[in-house]
Amino acid sequence: MPEMIWHHTLQKIRDCGVQGFVYLAVLLVSAVFVWMLADLVRGGFAHLSWEFMTESPRDAGRAGGIASILVSTVLILLVALVTAVPLAWATAVLLTEFVPVTSPLGKTVRFSLFVLAGVPSIVFGLFGNAFFSIYLGLGFSILSGGLTLACMLLPILTSTAEAGLRAVPETYRLSAAALGITRTAALIHLIFPAAAPALAAGLLIGIGRALAETAALLFTSGYVDRMPGSLFDSGRALALHIFDLSMNVPGGDMPAYASALVLVSLLLCINILAMKLAYSLQRRKILT
Amino acid sequence: MHIDHLLAGILRAGAAVAALVMLLILFFLLYESWPVLTELSVFRFVTDTSWHPLERAYNLMPMLSGTLLASMGALMLAVPLGMASALFIVFFAPTHLATLYGRLIELLAGIPSVVFGFWGLTTLVPLINEWHPPGASLLAGILVLTLMILPMITLTAYTALAAVPEELFRNAAALGLSRWGMISGVALPAARTGITAGIILAAARALGETMAVLMVAGNVVQYPESIFDPIRTLAANIALEMAYAMGDHRAVLFVSGLLLMLLVMALSAVAGLLEKHHHA
Repeated sequence: MPEMIWHHTLQKIRDCGVQGFVYLAVLLVSAVFVWMLADLVRGGFAHLSWEFMTESPRDAGRAGGIASILVSTVLILLVALVTAVPLAWATAVLLTEFVPVTSPLGKTVRFSLFVLAGVPSIVFGLFGNAFFSIYLGLGFSILSGGLTLACMLLPILTSTAEAGLRAVPETYRLSAAALGITRTAALIHLIFPAAAPALAAGLLIGIGRALAETAALLFTSGYVDRMPGSLFDSGRALALHIFDLSMNVPGGDMPAYASALVLVSLLLCINILAMKLAYSLQRRKILT
Repeated sequence: MHIDHLLAGILRAGAAVAALVMLLILFFLLYESWPVLTELSVFRFVTDTSWHPLERAYNLMPMLSGTLLASMGALMLAVPLGMASALFIVFFAPTHLATLYGRLIELLAGIPSVVFGFWGLTTLVPLINEWHPPGASLLAGILVLTLMILPMITLTAYTALAAVPEELFRNAAALGLSRWGMISGVALPAARTGITAGIILAAARALGETMAVLMVAGNVVQYPESIFDPIRTLAANIALEMAYAMGDHRAVLFVSGLLLMLLVMALSAVAGLLEKHHHA
């Protein structure tokens, strides 16, 4: 009997120990997150102003603002999305609506995208430099940076779109077929509208990834911080601007803080919006 | 029905392009590293005196060891913390707190690597410098990497734990298991494959991470003697030298990119097999 009581107490102590460790770990992670955000806000808020957003950088970024950087970032993002979204969504539609899950084509495409999803971003940078910048002769330009990013975004855009399309109830497709509507029409009028929130959430996640990317753009879209005149000009993305200011420009810490604050706030907004979309989708699915 | 055939054709073309990107990347990495792979003996990447690309000495081992040490160190910290976070969300926290903490982790996952690197450079490195100079070190790299892979481990472990059937927990409760008894004896074994796959993917992410490590780890090519010594990783080396590399030097950088990609692909293949095996 005493042995059992002893055993029981031991268990109690162990449970408390585990609980203590878990709470400590959670506190630590939350504290570091808050610490980081507080640092960014404290460091960047003083430097942030309307002029910072609307002026071009001067003196290697120590003075002036980030207007040209923002323009380049948006252009790179647009090139990436315009290329990647049609390809990714076409792939997703093919995989969900036109070929069976176990078909060789479906398996090959899915496997290829799975591998692509694991490729480190610096390797995308090497590839983009060799293929888009040199082989296709696009040089250091917004176009080659955007196309490199497009390759990076394909897996995430495809997998989110595929999941969204699969979540559309099978009855939609059956009813459309029973009414003699072509699959194309059913897709445009029924399935895409039903999957729209999921597609939008996937798009937002893709935009977030693209804005966060640095390594893939280092030797594709380049370093030039002037206002880009065309897509063939080199343009510096916001993430790269933070890197350059903090590593290569002595005395660039203040604008780097401010740029980091802009980037993080932008990403937090985008990710919160994506989360809201995804969660409201889940709730709707549970209700119906 | 004519239009359906047309659409199917267009979609197939799109999917083919998407699938070909992977092959194109492999092809161009091989194409660019070919001159070195055929001319130089592969052993030179191991036996050369050190990494002095301008004097044609191409030993990649110090940087490979730097990459592996930083990733393993980060895993050693991030796995316990990430697992504790996932257990907190699934078993320990009240619903509201669990949702809140889950969102926090998701937001942490969306913070760009360059911001982690910047924060490490301006906050962690000076702190470590006060404690044990020079500050920019393997330790700083490990800490920053930990923060970056922790959300991934937490979210995959959470998904795996949430997928364990409720019935198993009720049975465990009926047997009078303590909370830790239930977690260690029922939940973790049932979710084992999913958790392992997540950890492997996190390891792959850590191996390939460039900017954050580049900004905090000091970038000295050497075998570190302690965690306070600066190191250079393979990925950081590519980012640092690509801008001015020419000829063989450039080709060797592509070889290191190829090496990195093969490492990461092997890891994600293992993770993929694990999950497939689990579902079958």
